[in-house]
Amino acid sequence: MTLPPALLLGLLLLAALLAVAAPFLAAAARPRLGRLVPAACILAALGLAGCAASALALGAPEPLLLPFGPPWGPMSLALDGLSAWFLLLLGLSGAACALFAALREAAAPPRQAAGLPLLLAGLALTLLAADGFSLLLGLGLTALALWLPLAAGEAEDAAPRLAAGLALGFSLFSLACLATAIGLLAGTAGDLSFAALRAAPPQGWQAAAVMALVMLGAGAGAGLLPLHGWLPLLQPHLPASTGALLSAVVGKVFLYVAARLLLDIGGPAQPLGWGVPLLAAGAATAVFGALRATQEGDARSILACAGLGHLGLVALAFGLSASLRAADLGALAALAAGAGLLHALGHGLFQTLLTLVVGEIQHSAGSRRLDRLGGLIHAMPAVALAAIAGCAAAAALPPMAGFAGNWLLLQALLAAWRVGELGFQVLVAAAVASVGVAASLGALAMLRFWALAFLGRPRAPRTLGAQEPPRALRFLFLALAGAAGGIGILPGPLLQLATPALSLVSGHAGPAEISVWSVSAAAAASDYRPLGIALLLAVAFLGLVALLRQISPRATVRGPAWDGGFAAPPPHLPFGEPLTQPSALGFAQPLRRMLARRLLAAREDITLPPPGDTGPARLQSHFHDPLLPALLAPLLRARAACADQAERLRDLSIRHLLGMVFFLILALLGVLAWWGGGA
Amino acid sequence: MNAGGWPYDVAHMLGGGVLLFSFVLLYQRRLVALVSGFATQGALLALAIAWQGFFQDAPLLVATAVISGAVKAVVIPLALRRLLRHLGLQRELEPGLGVGPSLVAGVGLVTLAILVVLPATAGAAPLAREDLAISLSVVLLGMLMMITRRHAISQGIGLLSLQNGLVLAATGMPGLPLVVELSTVILVGALVAVAGFFALRLRQDLGALDLSRPRPPGEAPE
Repeated sequence: MTLPPALLLGLLLLAALLAVAAPFLAAAARPRLGRLVPAACILAALGLAGCAASALALGAPEPLLLPFGPPWGPMSLALDGLSAWFLLLLGLSGAACALFAALREAAAPPRQAAGLPLLLAGLALTLLAADGFSLLLGLGLTALALWLPLAAGEAEDAAPRLAAGLALGFSLFSLACLATAIGLLAGTAGDLSFAALRAAPPQGWQAAAVMALVMLGAGAGAGLLPLHGWLPLLQPHLPASTGALLSAVVGKVFLYVAARLLLDIGGPAQPLGWGVPLLAAGAATAVFGALRATQEGDARSILACAGLGHLGLVALAFGLSASLRAADLGALAALAAGAGLLHALGHGLFQTLLTLVVGEIQHSAGSRRLDRLGGLIHAMPAVALAAIAGCAAAAALPPMAGFAGNWLLLQALLAAWRVGELGFQVLVAAAVASVGVAASLGALAMLRFWALAFLGRPRAPRTLGAQEPPRALRFLFLALAGAAGGIGILPGPLLQLATPALSLVSGHAGPAEISVWSVSAAAAASDYRPLGIALLLAVAFLGLVALLRQISPRATVRGPAWDGGFAAPPPHLPFGEPLTQPSALGFAQPLRRMLARRLLAAREDITLPPPGDTGPARLQSHFHDPLLPALLAPLLRARAACADQAERLRDLSIRHLLGMVFFLILALLGVLAWWGGGA
Repeated sequence: MNAGGWPYDVAHMLGGGVLLFSFVLLYQRRLVALVSGFATQGALLALAIAWQGFFQDAPLLVATAVISGAVKAVVIPLALRRLLRHLGLQRELEPGLGVGPSLVAGVGLVTLAILVVLPATAGAAPLAREDLAISLSVVLLGMLMMITRRHAISQGIGLLSLQNGLVLAATGMPGLPLVVELSTVILVGALVAVAGFFALRLRQDLGALDLSRPRPPGEAPE
């Protein structure tokens, strides 16, 4: 098969060209032309998804050697099971985001219009790369695409530019780490193609260095703890389409890079500890992201942090797979890897859905803050329906997508005691606990988001102006919700489709006990029959509805839902007093007092009026992420120290400056002489 | 031009002469003598280039030699002498490193250059290898001279002698394209650098660029 790679190449180039052409097209300030770029992006993304699906179903196409590239390493593209799986996610999610951009962001300024095609091209190049250089080039494009839309915002608002600069800094750090790791993997041979790297897996100190560098690089790019600080800062400023792609796909692509470099290329013949860094970082990220999602007040930030939590689960699954593989438990390793892949795909789709829904809410209701929303289910019933499907998937409720991934991951974790090593067993027990905590916190965050936004009464008059989106968007949301449900119902066929990816990541073709109807870790282990569960739930739900509607003697009454404490409207407030409803802050209070004080440095200040004063009592609360300042403060101090040192250079005479150059040259020549003598 | 043939020996001898005068420049204390040494080095360099041009059958190299010789052996030394006379520095002494340390440092640098160049160029023509080692030594000695001297004129001479090394390297490579253009550009660049350097130093030391009325340091310009 030579057609798909050529097609892929064409699509990539198309996307890159679009990114270049987008500003000019949008500068024409004509909405139709502004829609051309996202429309072409939809086509390109669907093409990528089609190629990925055909590669998964029919087998990998031949690799394609590009006619350009650096002289020391020709660039090449290839599509194997692992990259095709993530490319499928990119194609589907990218098409959805591009459709949203075509309908809602056609009039965006040129810089923002260029972000989406550039991001698509960068991610696609990263996934299609068959050598280290193309991979790094794709990641560089991705970093640029995230920075570009916010690089030069309005002068009066510095926050977006600061966030974009911080994200660019983290991206560059990630690129530097990954480039060093790839260099270490390649050694002095200099061949960067994955096939050559796979032939010589790292050993000894090199393996440890590669592990550390890839963890730092992929962690900074994906937002694994403790390098996650830039993500919740950047997310609220990006346009909804780019933000959805960032939250749903970018982190997964960095985990793909980690899986490619650590599990596929460096994975065979590693010790038990090989997966531990991924496992630990994933567990910490899962808990931390879910906890922070319960505290945020901006819907985009809630979703970004919940997305971090799910990303942590995927990383945890990959790490567990690597360790199980090292312990010669191939089927279990494949099960863990399957959990990671399935959850990556499912989370990518429902995260796209939820982020786009928030974009639509902002477009329609004018705000993303939970404290200014409420009661949207009356204005946007279809969006509410799609959103509750997405929230159910994110809350890991059966039979949605989140549950399937979580269930498989827990099965693998619960069976991991067979490794036998005591330290690893303790670690696995902690990981089980953290998965449970993360799942429950994530469910709470989703409940808070959906209920505060869609139920109750409007908290601001503007919310009443919300309208149902056009038919195409409604269709998009419901289709994504359907996909989130479909992935949850059909994990068996999807795992069979992922067999090549499983064997690349875990060295085992996957558990044998998989069919359309049921998924099971082993013949003796428990079964998960999603179709049966879905049918049972549907029957129970419909039966309840029938019971209430048909058999109950009372007429149907519409009562207040989620209105706790809402006072009857006095005459001067036609909509009632919105402040009597539970607020986002109030809903988060129990957890803030239990967990967030320690982990998020949350504080509450209660101001009680003195006796006789008729003013209200006030409760103010705030939290911040203690990790980002802890990382940035030493860096800023180091920068100031470097600047002071550099300032001293100014007062040196020309002789001293020349002398520094001279001794530097002497040192370099000395190294050269020593090296040349040794060679 | 094979190793052992007399043209090779002559080329080697001329290159060695350029290197020898780098040593002279390194320890010479009197400014006037320094200028003379530089003129001699320029003349030897011009001879070396002409010899190369003659035996490489490259008439353009001979032209380069003429230009280089005219500028470095005649024009610049004359201009420098004039400047020295203007500033009243004809009897000026400048203690450099001293003879012993200069020689030790210079020999060390030459050794380093040989250690770097000879292994790195294994397989090249022998003359090219020796030539590269010699020119790298000249460059390094020029830099050393620039950082051990305090006087503006001797620092400028250091820069120019460093540039001599570069030209020597460029002309010693048979078949290097654009040699003439390269060496001319280097020459003009070095001259501009030296002129700018003098302008800066004179402004610092004398308070003004007006050489007709030198002013003691510290006094404010009018």
